[in-house]
Amino acid sequence: MVAEQGTPKRLHFDFVGAVLWLVRILAILAVVIGAFVSLTSGRLSAAAWLNFVVIGIGQGAIYALIALGYTMVYGVLGFINFAHGEVFMSGAMVGAFAANSLAQAGMWNSSPILSILIVLLIAMATSTLVALLLERVAYRRLRNAPRLIPLITSIGASFFIQYAFLGLFGAQTRTYPALSILDGFITVAGLNIRYADIMVIGAAVVMMVGLYTFVERTKAGRALRAVAEDKEIAALMGVNVNRTIVLTFAVGGAMAGAAALLFGVVFRTVFFFSGFLFGIKAFTAAVLGGIGNIVGAMLGGLTLGIFESVGPSLVLTGLGIPSAHQLKDVVAFLALVLVLIFKPTGLLGERLSEERA
Amino acid sequence: MAQTTKTPTAAPPGDLPPTRRNFVDLVKAAQWGLVGGATATFVSAVGMVPDFDGVMLVDPILTLGYLVLFLVPFGFGYVAARPPMTLQGQEPARVGPRNVLAGAVAGLVTGLVLIIPVLVAANFNLRSVFVNLSPAMVETLTFGQPVADSEGLVIPAVGLALLIAGCLVAGALGGAVNVVSTRWRQAILAGLLWVLTVGLLEDLVMQFFRGINLDALVGVFFAPGGGLKPLGTIIVFVLVFSLRLLFARRPPRIKARYQALDQAERRRWVIIGIAISAVIVYLIPVVLGGFMSEILDLVGIYLLMALGLNIVIGFAGLLDLGYVAFFAVGAYMTAVLTSSGSPALSPELTFWAALPFVVLAAAVSGLLVGTPVLRMRGDYLAIVTLGFGEIARILFLSDWLNPVFGGAQGITQIPSPSIGSLELNTPPQFFYPIIVLVFVAAYITWALANSRIGRAWNAIREDEPIAEALGVNIVTAKLSAFVVGAALASFAGALFASKVGAVFPNSFSIVVSIVVLVIIIVGGMGNIAGVAVGALVIVGLPQLLREFDEYRFLLYGALLIFMMLAKPEGILPSRRRVAELHQEEMGQDAWLTAEPEVELDQARATPATAKD
Amino acid sequence: MALLEIKQLRKTFGGLTAIEGLDLSVNQGEIVSIIGPNGAGKTTLFNLISGLFPVDEGEMLFGGQSLNGLFPNQVTELGLARTFQNVRLFPNMTVRENVMVAQHCRTKSGIFRSILRTRSFRQEEAEIKAKAEEVLGFFGTRLVGYRFDQPAFVLSYANRRRLEIARAMGTNPTMILLDEPTAGMNPRETVELTGLIGKLRDDHGITICMIEHDMQVVRGVSDRVICLDYGRKIAEGSYQEVATNDQVIEAYLGRKATDAAS
Repeated sequence: MVAEQGTPKRLHFDFVGAVLWLVRILAILAVVIGAFVSLTSGRLSAAAWLNFVVIGIGQGAIYALIALGYTMVYGVLGFINFAHGEVFMSGAMVGAFAANSLAQAGMWNSSPILSILIVLLIAMATSTLVALLLERVAYRRLRNAPRLIPLITSIGASFFIQYAFLGLFGAQTRTYPALSILDGFITVAGLNIRYADIMVIGAAVVMMVGLYTFVERTKAGRALRAVAEDKEIAALMGVNVNRTIVLTFAVGGAMAGAAALLFGVVFRTVFFFSGFLFGIKAFTAAVLGGIGNIVGAMLGGLTLGIFESVGPSLVLTGLGIPSAHQLKDVVAFLALVLVLIFKPTGLLGERLSEERA
Repeated sequence: MAQTTKTPTAAPPGDLPPTRRNFVDLVKAAQWGLVGGATATFVSAVGMVPDFDGVMLVDPILTLGYLVLFLVPFGFGYVAARPPMTLQGQEPARVGPRNVLAGAVAGLVTGLVLIIPVLVAANFNLRSVFVNLSPAMVETLTFGQPVADSEGLVIPAVGLALLIAGCLVAGALGGAVNVVSTRWRQAILAGLLWVLTVGLLEDLVMQFFRGINLDALVGVFFAPGGGLKPLGTIIVFVLVFSLRLLFARRPPRIKARYQALDQAERRRWVIIGIAISAVIVYLIPVVLGGFMSEILDLVGIYLLMALGLNIVIGFAGLLDLGYVAFFAVGAYMTAVLTSSGSPALSPELTFWAALPFVVLAAAVSGLLVGTPVLRMRGDYLAIVTLGFGEIARILFLSDWLNPVFGGAQGITQIPSPSIGSLELNTPPQFFYPIIVLVFVAAYITWALANSRIGRAWNAIREDEPIAEALGVNIVTAKLSAFVVGAALASFAGALFASKVGAVFPNSFSIVVSIVVLVIIIVGGMGNIAGVAVGALVIVGLPQLLREFDEYRFLLYGALLIFMMLAKPEGILPSRRRVAELHQEEMGQDAWLTAEPEVELDQARATPATAKD
Repeated sequence: MALLEIKQLRKTFGGLTAIEGLDLSVNQGEIVSIIGPNGAGKTTLFNLISGLFPVDEGEMLFGGQSLNGLFPNQVTELGLARTFQNVRLFPNMTVRENVMVAQHCRTKSGIFRSILRTRSFRQEEAEIKAKAEEVLGFFGTRLVGYRFDQPAFVLSYANRRRLEIARAMGTNPTMILLDEPTAGMNPRETVELTGLIGKLRDDHGITICMIEHDMQVVRGVSDRVICLDYGRKIAEGSYQEVATNDQVIEAYLGRKATDAAS
């Protein structure tokens, strides 16, 4: 029988709210207990912990650079460009070919700065090209489609590019030649920081500052923010929406290319699947910081890198879980879930475009 | 509205512009040709052309490699020569020799672009980078013709000339397709499609002939070395061509006639339908044999998952990218509960006895995954569920949970299910539980779609805040979707585990989630038949056509992109999905054909019959 | 006894105070109109009542039950329905289905019963369908017959507004909050709808609280009028009283210039 009005049960409020509170409490407990046990056990020295942090920052800087591409496209077009990880991978791969050619020509270690710059340009150009191709072929016609569609298209594009690279270049991993000037480390306050990490962090900071200035201070950046807010009104204000969107992809691609070079020079191995996990992590970082928020992407990247690096040893081993390093990715994803439970819009909230109710 | 087009003559000055001439731009055609050339280069460099050359389609002339190669200029020729769209009220553009010319131009340019990879591959060794620019590729592209050696530069002139000529002809043919009237065009294309399909799927067809005891037909159609005989080709083409021409009209409205029957008659037909289906289902593995049954088993398992994901995404609109986690839970639960080799617990239940626990575990995991994402936005939900999927795999793989799940070694010695004393351990036998569960899942899908909870899911998908304001309990609705989806996936997992006999964590990667997603997208979300077709195409075809296996994901990706651009509702969409995705167009049409508003004070008893 | 009671309601969005110190009550069987210039906080008030936003301060009681902190579907379950200013139907569901969804909170067939198609399920489905058609019949022949199976997006604007109201009726409410029900309608449609609002109360006993800008409608059907401005109540009473109230006129039209304009 169809019922008449009745008193509502507050059941489901209690259920969801209670579960979420339970999760929060468990998470805090786990982190605190694990960290406490780990730190007091003296298993690792303070320097060792800080070392983890530095490594995490280095890794996080790369995540941050890739995350910028995700966050910008999301802010302007409103969908997750799954294929951005492949944009990154393409730069890394082609960069590897370039670097190896330079090494064969003897330039790689004799003029390292020049070589790095050359490979950087090539990597950025490749990534930008791939990003622009993506926009032109796969995404342009879907500008006004419901959000699910370009998302799925991007998944398809991601697979396509991966396996295209597999077909074109083969399955073997490509290695960047070692760069001798990056060997060695400086010692700061008892902490050994590798030159490589310094370069990565430094380069990343420079690029991020550059991008932030671009978005906040230049005319093109203003156009970008306008298009992110409302495409139609921006067009009415005289903004060339098409060009702005292309610019968004280009800038995101260039950032990913830079990340690719840094990744290649530091981590050295690339193969066709490299982009996938990095892409997911980078997107996690973007969400962590607040999607659409450029500073958020940077913060999210660094945070994620540190969580990944420090988390397993700090929390998981402290809780008695063996082989915690295997669960590095678990930590990363759990961090995402927890941040989204604690703060649904990410660490810094959303910026480039607000969700309309 | 259009009058018969007259030959346009020069317009008298001051008058309207003449009726649209055959509007084909040759420069545009050349541009398309460039794109075509890039595509053809890509296809060759990726390795498809030389690889596929080994597959004979039509003996002795057409291999799959050449088909794929020449399909590019053919396709681009078609696109380049396409007449512009005719809007209502305009006269249709005339088609004629210029279209063929445009197609030929596109094909020519494609062929010219192909010179580059051929020359490069013939003269330089770039195989450390581009692994497929090999002599084999050159040989295929130049038809094995002898090469001329001029000043140290290898130029396969004759081969290149043939290649360019071939591309030109292919392009011209593609352009010519535009010239032919629709009926003939559809018939020709259908005939060609069937020839190619039969040639590609010759194993399936041969098996079918053998299965129905008509072995002689195999010899009629197929050459001993593989591929269709010329005679067979002609037979297939003529058959399909004629049938298509004759039955160009729409098929009879089965649904309407069904509605017209009364209750008792309907029930009779339903029973007859079920009986016939049962017989066919029983016969399928018998007719198709062991190899095909194996393929169908895999298709069935994926189909089960697809039906489950169809409910989560298609009905409730929750983009769950970590669906493989539920599949894994089902498989591992079955393994742990039934296997004698499972490390920790060894209750060693039978498959059927373990099933309720499997579903229970799936339901719990559905709740675990669903609860945190309840209030999350669609994109966040996607990435978080993706994360959960990966977490599941990593946990199953980890050393930490090794005592229970076996870590990287997995769990082996999983027994097959048995009915009474009969153990189901061959692929044909396994087909039956799979197909039964598929039907159950299909029924569940249909039952839930036409129910209170189905409407609630639709409402949530269309406009969640409004659904909530209307009294729908979002929490229970979303969680139900997750739980049902998880349950169906766990069925698939259980079947998978006992079929393979072992579970290893690397079988449960994100790729599985993506494949299932591709199935429902390409097949048609929300439509059971569409999902079935999707499963057959996405999972079945690569198994049948081993040559494609290497390029499987490349093709999936290209297919996804293509479908989203051209037909996002899928091959066999549900009407609702078509409506959702083409809302603006349909809204306009409906406005054109809608009945006029009826005045309240002049209300008639029944409004005029409407055409919707 | 007041059916809906609002006491000292306060809501701020960041720095903006949308509603301040608002007291309001609606009695059973009344039709109360809420008027006020744009931005006065009228729709915000409805959003607070129906649970879309949390309240900063104040109390809301419906039939003696507190509404504070309830989810929107719980509010609807209590018997308080609402419509929206920008018509938000489910565009791809049929007209009938839109109203059938409205009865979700009044029905209870779950997954198992739906799958097993038990007798109680089938009976309930038939009832849901019948009630939906009955509710749609409230609007005469406009939304019946062939309209039942049409997707909602083909409806004309006026019909969409009617369907919006039908949906609210489908939740079996004691009271409906109508947010600008006649916005965008031509004069004839407006008159028709005004009559229907009266019929809602007279024939179905549903209490109405509505936001309206069209003073003909307000005058035609309201028992009481409340005027808001900048989130505060500035006048309350019969239409005559409120329409001639100085503060109300000032809120809409501005202050008279002290020198007479030429």
